[in-house]
Amino acid sequence: MRISTGYGSRPTSGGFETFSWYFMRISAIGLFFLAIIHLFINHVTTDVACTSYQLIAARYANPYWRVYDWLLLTLALLHGMNGLRVVVDDYVQIRAWRIRIESLLGLLTLAFFMVGTVTLITFQPVAGSLGPHCLK
Amino acid sequence: MYKGQSGMFAWLLHRVAGLGVLLFLLVHIVDISLLGFGPNVYNEGIALFGTILVRLISLGLIAGLLYHSFNGVRIMLIDFVPQAVRYQRSMFWAVMILTIVVFLPMAYFVIAPAFGINAGNTASGM
Repeated sequence: MRISTGYGSRPTSGGFETFSWYFMRISAIGLFFLAIIHLFINHVTTDVACTSYQLIAARYANPYWRVYDWLLLTLALLHGMNGLRVVVDDYVQIRAWRIRIESLLGLLTLAFFMVGTVTLITFQPVAGSLGPHCLK
Repeated sequence: MYKGQSGMFAWLLHRVAGLGVLLFLLVHIVDISLLGFGPNVYNEGIALFGTILVRLISLGLIAGLLYHSFNGVRIMLIDFVPQAVRYQRSMFWAVMILTIVVFLPMAYFVIAPAFGINAGNTASGM
């Protein structure tokens, strides 16, 4: 018989699933603020049609914006891909396929992380890119 | 884990919204990588986000992200606050109301520029 503790259930094996359970919640706290602020500054205070190359050039002159975007990239990608892994665990019944699909997810995570990180680090605005931000 | 229909619906919506936001994240990483190809290529990509169709899709993204965020707080309250699970149903309705209340003004700012309405966010500012 399972006696309720009054808390929700959580994995208690102490292995990877326990780590994953805590990681989802800890990253969620960061993502709550990082993602909502990101939405706000790119869709509300600035229209999306104004988030041009020129705006990025101005914004990324300040390295803190690159750190902000890199944190958002890293946490969102790990949180999201780990969520997808849990979904695959739930619905893919055949063990061999679960292993194949989840290995592929691991490789995809690494690939997208690298593309995003390289973009953020190597961005150098071309000369004369300090024009108006809004596209016509 | 959760008893009753609202808990089940909250769980399903959390999962669908999360997968939707993840799909957008992967597209977004690729569209941001266009920065490396210079202003013309990148701005052509961004112009796509300014079309009415993609603005409507963005509304789905915003609603999904807001719900997933607020329901995530509800999940953590259930996980870490003793006896909070008793209030999961009322917390679900609080999440729904909060999502709608925050979504509506944001939706205005997303849609208004497409109709040439000046929502104050199309100046050249930061």
